[in-house]
Amino acid sequence: MPLLEITDLHARVAEKEILKGISLTVNPGEVHAIMGPNGSGKSTLAGVLSGRDAYEVTGGEVTFDGHDLLELEPEERAQLGVFLAFQYPVEIPGVNNTYFLRAALNSIRKYRGEEEMSAPAFLKLVREKMNVLHIDQSLLNRPVNEGFSGGEKKRNEIFQMAVLDPKLAILDETDSGLDIDALKTVAEGVNALRSPERAIIVVTHYQRLLNYIVPDFVHVLSAGRIVKSGGKELALELEAQGYGWLESGSTSELVAA
Amino acid sequence: MEFLLKTDMNSEKLTAPNSYLRDFTGTDTGSDNPGPSWLSALRQNAAARFAEVGFPTRRDEEWRFTNVSPIAETPFTLATKAQSELSAEGLSRFTYQDLAGTQMVFVNGHFASDLSSATFPDGVSVKTLAAAMADNSPLVEKHLGKSAKFDTESFVALNTAALEDGAFVHVAAGAILTAPIHLLYISTAEAGPTVSHPRTLIIIEENSEVTLIESYAGASGQVYFTNAVTEVVVGENAVVDHYKVQRESEKAFHIATMQVSLTRSGNFSSHSIGLGGLLVRNDMNAYLGGEGIECTLNGVYLGKDKQVFDNHTSIDHAMPHCNSHEIYKGILNDYSRGVFNGKIFVREDAQKTDAKQTNQTLLLSPNAQIDTKPQLEIFADDVKCTHGATIGQLNAEALFYLRARGIKKDDARALLTYAFASDIVRRIKVDAIRSQLDRVLLAESALEGIAE
Repeated sequence: MPLLEITDLHARVAEKEILKGISLTVNPGEVHAIMGPNGSGKSTLAGVLSGRDAYEVTGGEVTFDGHDLLELEPEERAQLGVFLAFQYPVEIPGVNNTYFLRAALNSIRKYRGEEEMSAPAFLKLVREKMNVLHIDQSLLNRPVNEGFSGGEKKRNEIFQMAVLDPKLAILDETDSGLDIDALKTVAEGVNALRSPERAIIVVTHYQRLLNYIVPDFVHVLSAGRIVKSGGKELALELEAQGYGWLESGSTSELVAA
Repeated sequence: MEFLLKTDMNSEKLTAPNSYLRDFTGTDTGSDNPGPSWLSALRQNAAARFAEVGFPTRRDEEWRFTNVSPIAETPFTLATKAQSELSAEGLSRFTYQDLAGTQMVFVNGHFASDLSSATFPDGVSVKTLAAAMADNSPLVEKHLGKSAKFDTESFVALNTAALEDGAFVHVAAGAILTAPIHLLYISTAEAGPTVSHPRTLIIIEENSEVTLIESYAGASGQVYFTNAVTEVVVGENAVVDHYKVQRESEKAFHIATMQVSLTRSGNFSSHSIGLGGLLVRNDMNAYLGGEGIECTLNGVYLGKDKQVFDNHTSIDHAMPHCNSHEIYKGILNDYSRGVFNGKIFVREDAQKTDAKQTNQTLLLSPNAQIDTKPQLEIFADDVKCTHGATIGQLNAEALFYLRARGIKKDDARALLTYAFASDIVRRIKVDAIRSQLDRVLLAESALEGIAE
């Protein structure tokens, strides 16, 4: 059974239709990359899947692990195992990073009928995950994302993902704005989390990240539709051609290349 | 100045303020209570002043946003000593179980010796004002009623006219007190609406250090009126950490004036925490009368239902090289209302003043309301003064971020509300108060306390 099944999804922001019929099947263990130019609907798709209320779904269905995802509140989706790594992680002054993450983990565990994790057990878990992502201990004791550099924020997202252990992770332009070292660290963190049970959707504008997180499938999004799907080599073709060919309205050039 | 007419048709009182004087203070003229002659004179002057000015109305600039007529319309009477019984068990819900230190308890304005600490640490004298006056304390005569002026302040006049007892704390020069002194004013109004006039005089001599907590509390559901006046005199180079924790009944009226006088190199910080009351007005005034003073006035209040929190603060920089910091934060839910008026005076001599004032309000409901007004009057030319007021709602993006991590909507709101208040909460040095605030802020959520 697929983990995520998106069927003919339509969504709009205010009066503007952004997603115009997206269908996508994601199985456990798979890594899907969704690429596309600005305004193609990449972030809208990530937002709709995670339950942002700015978007109105006007048609289609999304089934996640047997649940009608679109019927669920954002927190219920997270509790079921959907994780969104934010393109712009939010700074929350006054909320300690560790406190926040433990509250999140325990909320998820409670939903799953598991016992809440004690502070010592939680700290042990956190330390393990921290080493993988080269997260500095001091970040834990700071307010969530406050004063973090761009790279620290993105690493913190992947760190949260590691702790929360989702079934489906959606990385929304996690690579944008990162230097090569930060990019490698983030990719390393994501790769460490690849597993036969977990699926990952990597939303990105650039091919570069995919050198380090090698996807099983690549989908090209344009004007709210997936116009082409293929294997990892599709990303390289896109890199060579740019997104310019999309505007010509023809996919044949790309295929020819 | 106008006064409100009391709507008591059965009364034959000649003038309205006089009728309040009798009901609220037990005397028409301030002369009936026992005490030294200087006190009688003080009381009489205050009574005469109140008879003249009566209660403020919304036509007074200082009371523009707060209508005190519900106080005038409620038939308050002074509670007798017999009506002011409280068991140790009854006390336990108003005090801090885990607070180290000593306490002095008043019930309806009457000193409760059985609920108070029997002894106090070396270096401090804690007794009732009545006892201090009976001893002919020259300090009391010198300072009582000196900084809390009643010429324009009706409620201070009323309190002073009723002055009979209260708390007197005297910290000796050089004394370093590590554990807090807790002054606890409790109201019980089982027999009908009562009024009390808590009076506190705190004198802190030079080079000493002390933590003081003033608590005002009452049983839920009871109607009463607390009319408090506190005077604090801070000596040279003394360090004072003061907390006012207001947890009155949700039907209570609480009007309080605190007057702090600082001298050279004094360091005074106060946290005013407002949790209870129906109508609450705090006047917090600090006079910086020497060089090198540090003064911090912080406040946080949580309003719900139809609560009104009116905070008026005034920081008067009279001398050079003083710093003042002020952050007031309001969290307003339901139909609650907040008022903030922050005055900062920088006198001609007060060069090199550094004054910073911040007022922030979080509106959790579309029906909540805040009126905020910074008021800076600067007569020196080499100073740094900043002020800022913000009014906002919970950040929708932060709310979504927390929910996207699995935290329930209500918990996420509680966490962000907590976060809003956190920069004040984390400055609170008394663990028991910090964790109390923690619990209140996170109440009704599944979250555990945050304060370490």
